Amino acid sequence: MPRFAVIVFPGTNCDFETVSAIKKAGGNAERVWYKQSLKDFDGAVLPGGFSYADYLRAGAISARAEIMEEVKALASDGKPVLGICNGFQILTEAGLLPGALRPNRIPRFLCRWVYLKVSDAQTAFTQFYKDGEVIRMPIAHAEGNYYTESLDGIRITFQYSDERGNVTEKANPNGSLLNIAGISNEKGNVLGMMPHPERASDKWLGSEDGLKVFRSMVEWARR
Amino acid sequence: MKWKARIVVRLKEGLNDPEGRVIGKALKNLGYRIEELKVPKYFEVVFESDEPEKDAEEMCRRLLANPVIHTYSYEIEPLGE
Repeated sequence: MPRFAVIVFPGTNCDFETVSAIKKAGGNAERVWYKQSLKDFDGAVLPGGFSYADYLRAGAISARAEIMEEVKALASDGKPVLGICNGFQILTEAGLLPGALRPNRIPRFLCRWVYLKVSDAQTAFTQFYKDGEVIRMPIAHAEGNYYTESLDGIRITFQYSDERGNVTEKANPNGSLLNIAGISNEKGNVLGMMPHPERASDKWLGSEDGLKVFRSMVEWARR
Repeated sequence: MKWKARIVVRLKEGLNDPEGRVIGKALKNLGYRIEELKVPKYFEVVFESDEPEKDAEEMCRRLLANPVIHTYSYEIEPLGE
């Protein structure tokens, strides 16, 4: 069974539910303190939270931690690396994904359910979805406004949409370029996303649309 | 040798600054004719170095600024041995 490290920095707060979602998806997962090693793991997840209290810029301090060198090594080996919310911010700050997450267009914390269009169902994290499928997940962030100077090397994976999958300005909660909610690298084994799939991993949470992110990832790591 | 760097990190031209916009609006409410308000970040760094220019430049590039969205500038003053 593939073994995933859920990396915990000071201020991370979505680690337990992320571990639980990976287990439900058929993988093995452990919380790993950022000073530990990633040896013998088949993939890594950077969960949500407020690592280092968002000092300097969200994710900026964690991105410079030593453990990120091991995350980069996993990524270049083709193993799955997933960053959720603060984890997405860390991945961009660490240069594992291009671009930056800027403060929301309306400068406040947004905590609500959104619809997402799966724009690329061929990545390590979306292979169990269909292209164009519309799913529902919560967002909870103040800096989720994706910005980049160039789309080179980016696979747009999730976009904020209405419930029919139309990517409209009205469906864009935070001002993200092209309604981007999640992007992956060219190989499709590194994904950063602002919405929280682990908070949509059981019916009693309101949706289990997010579970396929973890199922896809577990399946990818099995190969 | 000890140095002090005064570093300013600014958002690139054309990128909107929601915090600046809100503060500007509040000043307008106080009756000022504000056209634009931006909120750069200012750092004061005291450090030991034999190559202060190079180190200050690197500090900006590697951490204090995010090259995707920021520009930066700095002044360095010697503080003695």
